[in-house]
Amino acid sequence: MSQLNPTADTPAVPVVSIPVRELAPWALFVALLALVALYFVGAEQGATSLISGTAVHEWVHDGRHLLGFPCH
Amino acid sequence: MSTTRTPHLTARTFLVHGLLAGLLGGVLAFAAASVVGEPPIDRAIALEESGGAAADADHSHEEGAHSHEESGGHSHGDDDAAISRGEQAGPGLATATIVVGLVAGGVVGIASAFAVGRLGGLGPVGSTAVVVLLAYLAYTVVPWLKYPPNPPAVGSADTIGERTALYFSFVAVSLLAVVAAVLLARALLSRGPWVAVVAGALFYLVVVGVAGLVLAPIDEVPDSFPATTLYAFRIGSLATSTALWAGVALALTGLTARTWRAHQADVERRAAAAAL
Repeated sequence: MSQLNPTADTPAVPVVSIPVRELAPWALFVALLALVALYFVGAEQGATSLISGTAVHEWVHDGRHLLGFPCH
Repeated sequence: MSTTRTPHLTARTFLVHGLLAGLLGGVLAFAAASVVGEPPIDRAIALEESGGAAADADHSHEEGAHSHEESGGHSHGDDDAAISRGEQAGPGLATATIVVGLVAGGVVGIASAFAVGRLGGLGPVGSTAVVVLLAYLAYTVVPWLKYPPNPPAVGSADTIGERTALYFSFVAVSLLAVVAAVLLARALLSRGPWVAVVAGALFYLVVVGVAGLVLAPIDEVPDSFPATTLYAFRIGSLATSTALWAGVALALTGLTARTWRAHQADVERRAAAAAL
């Protein structure tokens, strides 16, 4: 597998992993933010509605269709 | 030397690079959507209007208010700001593609940070490329096959809740399955890389295959809806997401290659200094 990309990944310097301890808080926060953002683009004022009206739905309407979310 | 850390390979680097890559992906997705996604949407909306899908007279796309729903909670009242088709196809579409691009880039950036040095013998560029490819397959391609997206005028307003739940459930299963498949492949690495990769791939395919059979199908395309418009829309949708992931892949692997070179140079410089 290490031969897959010999030029970019010359093993002269060993690959060091980033400790899970360091990554975990970033991962948790990114995941939470991702869920909120995807909710507003993909589902708000469609299946469920936190904000009254249809402005959010209408604004992202074409993107919601084209990015594969059920729109209406 | 094997445990030498540098300021280059860090969570921060990967998140910043992921977000930049996501921005590029979002812009490319907007471009692809404008060229191949908008024409079938316009055709679908024209059909919807001529077919009288929207019973209410003031639900006109040309007047700016775009609404397909007859249900009360979704109609365009006077108190709602009207959003024109131009706004939907321009800044509205750009908002959606860039937000989803940033989400994809950020998540894949952090996932790539996890993958560095943890995917067999792959270097940082190789492991990042694997992460982006798997994310594209698990988040976009496989859900697209099970629940192909539908243009306006397709889909009943009564089932939007059920369809949304099914779609997100399938995406969640697909993402969890791909993570489990990678962990399985890692566990089997001692038996050789091909055994590990094939076992991981089979595991993923079995899980999403079973989920695809168990989760209810969505079949709401009206008989009168033209197949060519449906096909063009679905291909346009796939092209939009593919452009998004292609942008993420190009930028994130490119930036990771740069990070990796900087890390190597740092480590070698320190080793040379220590040898003096």
